[in-house]
Amino acid sequence: MFASLLDAFSVWFAKTEAQFYLCFVADDRFTRYILSGLGATLKITFFALIIGITLGVVVALVRVTYDKNALSMRKGLGRRLLGIFNWLAKLFLTVFRGVPVVVQLLIWYFVILASARNGVNVAIVAFGINSAAYTAEIMRAGIMSVDAGQNEAGRSLGFNYMQTMRYIILPQAFKNVLPTLCNECIVLLKETAVAGYVAVTDLTKGAYIIQGRTFVAFMPLFAAALIYLAFVMLLSWLFGKLERRLRASDQR
Amino acid sequence: MINVNDLHKSFGQLEVLKGVTEHIHPGEQVVIIGASGSGKSTFLRCLNLLEQPTAGHIYIEGEEITDPKHDVNKLRQKMGMVFQQFNLFPHYDTLGNIILAPMKLLKMPKAEAEELGMRLLEKVGLTDKVHVFPAQLSGGQKQRVAIARALAMNPKIMLFDEPTSALDPEMVGEVLKVMADLAAEGMTMVIVSHEMAFARDVAQRVWFMDGGVILEQGSPDEVFSHPKEQRTRDFLYRVNEKK
Repeated sequence: MFASLLDAFSVWFAKTEAQFYLCFVADDRFTRYILSGLGATLKITFFALIIGITLGVVVALVRVTYDKNALSMRKGLGRRLLGIFNWLAKLFLTVFRGVPVVVQLLIWYFVILASARNGVNVAIVAFGINSAAYTAEIMRAGIMSVDAGQNEAGRSLGFNYMQTMRYIILPQAFKNVLPTLCNECIVLLKETAVAGYVAVTDLTKGAYIIQGRTFVAFMPLFAAALIYLAFVMLLSWLFGKLERRLRASDQR
Repeated sequence: MINVNDLHKSFGQLEVLKGVTEHIHPGEQVVIIGASGSGKSTFLRCLNLLEQPTAGHIYIEGEEITDPKHDVNKLRQKMGMVFQQFNLFPHYDTLGNIILAPMKLLKMPKAEAEELGMRLLEKVGLTDKVHVFPAQLSGGQKQRVAIARALAMNPKIMLFDEPTSALDPEMVGEVLKVMADLAAEGMTMVIVSHEMAFARDVAQRVWFMDGGVILEQGSPDEVFSHPKEQRTRDFLYRVNEKK
């Protein structure tokens, strides 16, 4: 009984070992598809994140500035320009939140940036701008969560509107939305899994290629899944650390 | 020093200030009293244009600040303001709150700003709270930091908007003491307050505001002990009754 169990196990083990060898070791597949795919995934996520946060803050500032000030502003060029920017920001949010990110990616790759030959760069643009639309609303919520008295205190010291934003409002807003921003980063990291649509060998596509070559589904797909999971956990941990540091001033 | 000429302010249909014309001299301390909704806070906030007046003119040191071309940020640098709710910056410690404006706006080197900050903390009696965050301070301590922060820009005028109204009673004294010291140094101060005893001791003039105008004004003794208007008498009666 025990001996036959051991036998079965050693058969299973040998088979698994063979599969592992076939999927990851033979032809250097782990390095060529999984690791290089991971590299592409991380590169797209990182730069898309930078685009997303930068552009997101700008769009949020336009929206907040318009909502807070437009009615009390003197009529004139400044007010009209702000109105136009606000309209553009709303259009931006509508379009980029309204169209599936895969469709956006395909449009960037095959239509708008059709001459670009580097799928990774196209993916960075597509995911970055898509993420900006979500980050903009996150940051807007953060800015609005800061007490109006903070703005008045800053302005009464002689800071202008943008200085008050930069030194007083945005640091507090950023801290308030950190958990939500963490969410957005996680979503972005996982969303890049569709980058394979535009000839990028990212982590998912890499795993898929191995599956195609070896006819083994379990190994490469679970490897990809574990790696995504590990990086999501790493991201949450990093954000948690950052949050604790920024919350140090809240201790009573 | 401050000249106000026929100042009006409306919020939509509601007219809060209905024509205020007054003059405040350099080194004078004016305490504004009045029921809530009488326009006293709105008047104070108009002086540094936190509220944009609907009509009328304000001149500070001869410059018309209500002129659209006037640089409002430069104006505010020479007017400190203290709020009922303190409004300290929670992400900076005590010293950080004080040195932020001089460092960023006056480009003061950090060492010099910190020296100034320490001097101001000594003045408000908080040298033991230099690196403490606002969340760890009591209300009275917060308000004293807020005063030090406003003083860091070396203002010529200080505006106080009900500085002790949000404080527990036992902390009112420490804040009023700092304000009295400031008055003794000759700072021009405009104070919206319900602290009648403080007004008596410190103010040169008391204004009673009612319905968006200054209904009555005079020395503390004149307004508190011999009010001419019935509304002033009613208000003072109500306030004294509460105590």
